[in-house]
Amino acid sequence: MIDKKVIEEHNLTLEEYEKIVQLIGKKPNITELGIFSLMWSEHCSYKSSKIHLKKLPIRGKNVIQGPGENAGIIDIGDGLAAVFKIESHNHPSFIEPYQGAATGIGGILRDIFTMGARPIALLDSLRFGPLSKPKNKAIMEGVVSGISGYGNSMGVPTVGGDIYFNNCYSLNPLVNVFALGIVEKNKIFYARAEGVGNPVLYVGSKTGRDGIHGATMASAEFGLDLEQKRPNVQVGDPFKEKLLLEACLEVMAKDLIVGIQDMGAAGLTCSTTEMASKSGSGIEINLDLVPQREEGMTPYEMMLSESQERMLIVAKKDKVKDVQQIFSKWDLDAVIIGHVTEGGKLKVKAGGKIVVDLPVDAIINLCPVYKRESKTPSYLKSETRLRPLPLPENYNHILLKLLSSATIAEKEWVYRQYDHTVQVNTAFLPGSDASLLRIKNKKKALALTLDGNPLYSYLDPRTGGKIAVAEACRNLACVGARPIGVTNCLNFGNPEKPEIMWQFKEVVEGIAQACKTFEIPVTGGNVSFYNDTEGVSIYPSPVLGVVGIVDDVSKMVSPGFKKEGNSVILLGENKEELGGSEYLKCVFDMEKGLSPRIDLKEEKRIQEFCLEAISEGLVESAHDVSEGGLAVCLAECSFLSLQKIGFSLNLQDEIRPDALLFGETQSRIVVTSKNQNLQKFLDLAKKRKVKATVIGKTGGDRVIICHLKNKIIDLSVLEACKAWREAIPEIFRVK
Amino acid sequence: MKFGVVIFPGSNCDYDTFYVLKEILKQKTTFLWHKEHDLKNVDCVILPGGFSYGDYLRSGSIAAFSPLMQELKEFALKGGLVLGICNGFQVLLELGLLPGAMLRNKNLKFLCQFVHIRVENDKTHFTHKTKEGQVLKIPIAHFDGNYFPPPETIQEIKKNNQIVFRYSDAKGQISEEANVNGSAESIAGLINKEGNVMGMMPHPERASEVLLGSEDGRIIFESIINKID
Repeated sequence: MIDKKVIEEHNLTLEEYEKIVQLIGKKPNITELGIFSLMWSEHCSYKSSKIHLKKLPIRGKNVIQGPGENAGIIDIGDGLAAVFKIESHNHPSFIEPYQGAATGIGGILRDIFTMGARPIALLDSLRFGPLSKPKNKAIMEGVVSGISGYGNSMGVPTVGGDIYFNNCYSLNPLVNVFALGIVEKNKIFYARAEGVGNPVLYVGSKTGRDGIHGATMASAEFGLDLEQKRPNVQVGDPFKEKLLLEACLEVMAKDLIVGIQDMGAAGLTCSTTEMASKSGSGIEINLDLVPQREEGMTPYEMMLSESQERMLIVAKKDKVKDVQQIFSKWDLDAVIIGHVTEGGKLKVKAGGKIVVDLPVDAIINLCPVYKRESKTPSYLKSETRLRPLPLPENYNHILLKLLSSATIAEKEWVYRQYDHTVQVNTAFLPGSDASLLRIKNKKKALALTLDGNPLYSYLDPRTGGKIAVAEACRNLACVGARPIGVTNCLNFGNPEKPEIMWQFKEVVEGIAQACKTFEIPVTGGNVSFYNDTEGVSIYPSPVLGVVGIVDDVSKMVSPGFKKEGNSVILLGENKEELGGSEYLKCVFDMEKGLSPRIDLKEEKRIQEFCLEAISEGLVESAHDVSEGGLAVCLAECSFLSLQKIGFSLNLQDEIRPDALLFGETQSRIVVTSKNQNLQKFLDLAKKRKVKATVIGKTGGDRVIICHLKNKIIDLSVLEACKAWREAIPEIFRVK
Repeated sequence: MKFGVVIFPGSNCDYDTFYVLKEILKQKTTFLWHKEHDLKNVDCVILPGGFSYGDYLRSGSIAAFSPLMQELKEFALKGGLVLGICNGFQVLLELGLLPGAMLRNKNLKFLCQFVHIRVENDKTHFTHKTKEGQVLKIPIAHFDGNYFPPPETIQEIKKNNQIVFRYSDAKGQISEEANVNGSAESIAGLINKEGNVMGMMPHPERASEVLLGSEDGRIIFESIINKID
C-alpha cells in the first residue's frame, strides 16, 4: 500500500508522486516507486543543480565526449584519448570509512573502463575534521586504508590528490575520487542499448541486498542514527573488479558488443533505463535469471541493489557465445537476462509476472527540474570583516607551526599506503604540484591535479570557485603542462536551504568564468548535495580535477631546488592579504577575512609565461604559492630537493611581514633559474608583461628570509623539514 | 633468452614486466596463462607482482594451486630459471620452492616507496653483473613483505649463502630503520640452494628507466639475459 508515509520514506515529495502518476498513467507499485525514488533522487537526476550547471563551458576542439556519459573524453593526439571523471563517495565513507572509500574507487574505475579505456591513474581529494578528535582520525585511517585496499589490488596507481582538515567535516568527511584512463580514439564504447532483439547480459558479481537505497541516502541530510544506515553501504571486492576489468577490455577489443554500462548507484535500475533512454529503445529483463547471492530477494530489492562489480552489456546477437567464453575464462558470470525492445519501455519480469512496466522517458528525462530559492548567507557580513591583528614576535615559530599543521604537513603517511608506481608510468612521486604520467612509447606525458580550498569558498564562493580552477591550472603550469580538460565535484549542504543554493550558484559562476578565461572545457563531474549532519552544513567545497598535457616529457620540471647558487625568482606580486589563510586559522584560530582576490587574466598571463619559460629550458624548478604562503612554498622547495638545499632571500615589499611570509595572495609562482639563463628569463618575463623579481639564491643548509634588511626567518632546513615530515606520522603513532 | 611472464587472475605487474623485458631490454617475451599446462619453451619464468586471487586466504596461496604451477615445479627442479617478484615471491614460498613465509609489514600498513637494497651474493644467475656490497635503489609495494623463516632455516640459508639482497640505507648500512617491513635478517631477496629460483620483494621492473626515478633494477634482468654458463 503506497501512502504518504511510504512516499516520504522514498524521499519523494507528494507533488513528485502526483507527477509520476500523471506521467505513467497509473499508480506505481512499490517496485516502480522504488525505481522513481532512485532515478529522481538528487544524486541521479541533478534536479536542483541542472539549471546552474548549464553555465559551465563544455565545448572545445579536443572534446570527444562532454557531460552526460560515464566519463568525459578528451583527444590527446597520437590517436589516443584520455577518459576521466571525478565522483564523490561522502556519505558511505562517513558511515563505514573503509568500504565507503573502497567502493568509491571501484565505482570510478568502472566509469572509466566501461568506456573501453584502461585506467592508468587514481587521485583523491579528502576532507576530514581536525585530527585532534579520535573519531576523525579513525575516519581518515579507514578511508585511506579503503582507497589503498581497493586501488592497490586493482593495479591502478594512486598518484596524487589533496587533503584539507576543517571542523566542518567532522560529521561529514568528503571522499572525492578521480580516475583517468587511456583509450584508442576509435575504440570508445558507450552506454547504448541498440538493435531490437539484441541480448542483454548481466556480467560480474552476483546480486545481494547490499547498498539498497545508496542513491537516496546520498540525497538526504543525516541525523546521528548512523548505525542503522550501515547496511546501506556496499561492500567491495577488488579482485572481482580486476577480473571484470580484464574481461570487459578483452570483449571490447574483439568487437563483440553494442553497448555497456556499469551498475553503480541505482544498480540494475540505472543501467537498464539509461542504456535504453540513450538509444530511444526499450529493455525487457527477467529477474529470475539474475545471478543472486542471497535467497528470497524481492523484485524491489533486486532492482534497487547496489551490489558492486557488476555490468550490463548489450551484445551483438551472433556473438553471445564469444562474450560468454571470455567471461568464463576470467571465472565470471555472463548471463542473458533479457533483450532490447521497441517502444521505449522498461519491462521487468519475476516469477512469471510483469512486476515493472514503465516508460523509460518518464524515469530518465521527465524528472522535475527545480530553480530553488537562493539568498545571500547572513554569516558573510561578520565573517569577512577582520579586526586589526598584532604582529607575531617570532616568525621561526610560526613557520614551524604552519609546516606541521595537518593541511600543510607532508602526506607521505597517506600516499605510502597507496601503490603509486604500478603500471610503470609515474614520473613524479606524489607530493609534487601535479602528478605526471608518461605515455608509453610517446614523447608526451599527462599531468593531473585536484584542487579546491574550502575556506576561500566559504568566505567568498565565487572567488573560491575561480581560485580552485586557477590554482589547479597553476599546479599544471609548474610542471610544464598545459590544461586540456576539467572535471569537477561540487560538494555542498542541503540545496533546499536558500543560503546553500546561493553558495552553489556563486561557486559554479566562479568556475564557469575561470574555465572560460583559461579556455578549458568541463567534460563532466558530480554534484554532492545534502552534506549536512545534525543540521550543520559543510563549507561549500568544490574540487576541481584538471588534466594537462606535457608535449615533451624530457622538459618536465619538479618543485625541488636543483643546485646551489641558482637564482630564486618570484613570479607575480606580494600583497597584503591575510583573509582565509592557514596562518589565521593556525595562529589566531580564525576562519575569517576576505579570501584572496584573483585577476583571472593576470593569472593566465603568468601561467602562460611559466609554460613558455619551461619549454625554452630556462626553469630549473617551479612551485606555486598556496596554503601557508611564500615562506611555506620556499621551505617546500628545499624539502623536495634531493640534497635538501637551503636558500637565502631578501624581500623588499613594504607590507606587513606576516602577510608577506604567510599571506595567500594568488597568481604567484616561485621558480629557480641557472645564472647563465637568468637574463634571458627576465627579458622574456618583461616581454610577456609578467612581474618577475629576483628575491634570493639557493644554497647552504638554512632557510633564511630577510625583510627590509631584518632577518625574520632563520632555520635549519633539516629542522624545518622534520616538523613538516613528522607531523602526521606523529598523530597516528601507536603509543 | 626467452622470457615467460605468468598471468594469474589478479596479477597486476604482468604488463609492466612484459613491457620492460620486451620494449626496454628487447627480449623475446611471452605471457603464460595460469590455466594452461604450457611453459612455451621459455628459458626464464617470471612470476609477477600483484594480488593473485585478491590475496584472499593468504598472499600467493591460491595461485600456488594453478594448473601451470605443476609445470613450473618440474621446470624449476630441472634447473630452469624462475624469478618471483613481490606477489611472485609469495607464490614461490607457497609452492615450497623457497623456504619460509611472509608476515604483514611491521607497521601493519601497505608500503609503497623507494628502498635501497644491498647485494649480498653476486655469484647468482640473477646478480652476477652486480658487485657484492653494491646498493640498488628499487621501489617496493606490498602489504606482506615481512620475511619470517623458522630459526633452523635462517642458519641454513646463511650457511648456503642464499640471501641475495638485504634492505639497507643509501650507503649500504643495514639497520632496523632501513628494514622497512621488519624482515628477518633484513632479507629483501632470497635464492634456493640450487641457485635457479629467486624471490624478491622490490620491483626491478619499476626501476628500469631513468624517467621513473631509477634504472638500478635493470641489472637483475641483464644478469639473467647473460646467465652464467
